[in-house]
Amino acid sequence: MRVSIPSLLLWGFVGLVLLYLIVPILIVMPMSFSDARFLSFPPPAWSTRWYEAFFTSRNWMAAAQTSLLVAVLTALIATPLGTAAAYAIHNSTSRLVRSLQIVLLMPMMVPIIIVAIGVFFVYARTGLLATRAGLVLADVMLSLPYVIIAVLAGLRGFDMTQEMVARSLGMNRLRSFMAVTLPQIKASVVTGALFAFITALDETIVALFISGGRYQTLTKRMFTALRDEIDPTIAAISSLLTAASFLIVLLAGASRRNSDA
Amino acid sequence: MSVAQATLARDDVMDIAIRHARREQGTMLLLLAPALVVVAVLLVLPLGWLVWQSFWNDGLTLEHYRRIATDPAYWTSFTLTFRISFLVTGLALLLGYPVAYAALKLPPFWANVVLALVVLPFWTSVLVRAYAWLILLQRTGLINEALAGLGLIDQPLELAYNELGTIIATVHILLPFMVLPLYATMQKIPGDLVQAGASLGGTPLHVFWRVFLPLSMPGVIAGTVLVFILCLGFYITPELLGGGRVLMVSMIVSRNVELYAEWGAASAVALVLLACVGLLFFAASRLISLERILGAR
Repeated sequence: MRVSIPSLLLWGFVGLVLLYLIVPILIVMPMSFSDARFLSFPPPAWSTRWYEAFFTSRNWMAAAQTSLLVAVLTALIATPLGTAAAYAIHNSTSRLVRSLQIVLLMPMMVPIIIVAIGVFFVYARTGLLATRAGLVLADVMLSLPYVIIAVLAGLRGFDMTQEMVARSLGMNRLRSFMAVTLPQIKASVVTGALFAFITALDETIVALFISGGRYQTLTKRMFTALRDEIDPTIAAISSLLTAASFLIVLLAGASRRNSDA
Repeated sequence: MSVAQATLARDDVMDIAIRHARREQGTMLLLLAPALVVVAVLLVLPLGWLVWQSFWNDGLTLEHYRRIATDPAYWTSFTLTFRISFLVTGLALLLGYPVAYAALKLPPFWANVVLALVVLPFWTSVLVRAYAWLILLQRTGLINEALAGLGLIDQPLELAYNELGTIIATVHILLPFMVLPLYATMQKIPGDLVQAGASLGGTPLHVFWRVFLPLSMPGVIAGTVLVFILCLGFYITPELLGGGRVLMVSMIVSRNVELYAEWGAASAVALVLLACVGLLFFAASRLISLERILGAR
């Protein structure tokens, strides 16, 4: 590559932007191993006391459990629902389905606070407030657009005639989908599932309105804690969540590479 | 086979084909149904209720909307929200375009590194990032300590708990939503067009300006609309980094519900916000497809 002054300026600028993107999420990790009650950098002494505080706190542990369980269930439910919907959108020629597609993408477009008070309204009348089922259902709704978009991307790169061949050879629709289509769009489905998982894990505002009592999510507790004071325990939790997202990006990348091979 | 028989047979075939197509469409609707029911019950239905609430106060009324139009507090919040959204979108475009462009120009390995660095924050919790910015920006935060340590400042700078802190953290969260559609669009620009421009004697800057930039406009529109709309509805970041001083529209909605149980007022504000978002989406969908904005294509 020819190195000129404009291109040097470009790389320099891009480097700074990337630092701006990455440094904040990395800075939390060393802070989480600090011994100090107040945040300072570099930490005066290293310790794992904030991790201990997290893992021995009954409240934080209960919240972490709720969040993980809700996120797993959300992914398990939203992925098949979203995949079926994406399949229908992809294979349908009717205008009706086109317009219904916009409804399915709405959870992504409507500002989250409006979604939150809407869900609160429905739950207050159906007894789903402060239940795990309620949390899962809301997170399924919120993550459906992400699953649909991910799976649609996979289906667009897939040649549907293969499935037709399987069906003309006597397989029914479901079997031919399972045997022929699904293995080839697996990476997109996995990405959709990971999106659903992370959407549920990260959701805060709806949980703020609808969770309570025994079933509070981790992010709800974090949010209220952050509003009151900057507790270093949050640094430990944040680091764990960030490590989890590193892992998920790696998983998504790996599933994509496998499907390329 | 007589002509009449042949016609009959053709009609039969057509009939079967039409019936088959109908059944096919029926199956598709059935597959769509479960997802649709979830969204309809949890989102479409309550939206209808919000519309109703916004016109109701012991009888049909436009009072809630009148208050939004006349009460300066609402006006302040809406102008603040739009100002922040404009600034954030502009900054995201300014920072994001070169990053997408660089990812396009770099050799595959480095391009992947750049994209991974863009995607990583995208997958990281919004709360974690708000917390990180508080650590960095507050009065006793790392940036202030570093600047003081270098002897550059005597007084800590007010970086957090105000509009500035909100904007810094919001751009951080929304930047990937700008870079990814930009990169996707740039990738589809045929390289020979740029080469043709160069071979016709254009300087690199000239070719960029006349050929590459116009061809990347769909990505610019997609990213800009997405970032602007997401920013209009932001809640967590201004709540945590605004220090109670940056009252965006979302926060007005939640305060009306949580503090005052004013469902009518909250509904009206929510619907005005939703109308802004809807209009922007509609306007953008005249230029490029909705799926493109949302990353479906």
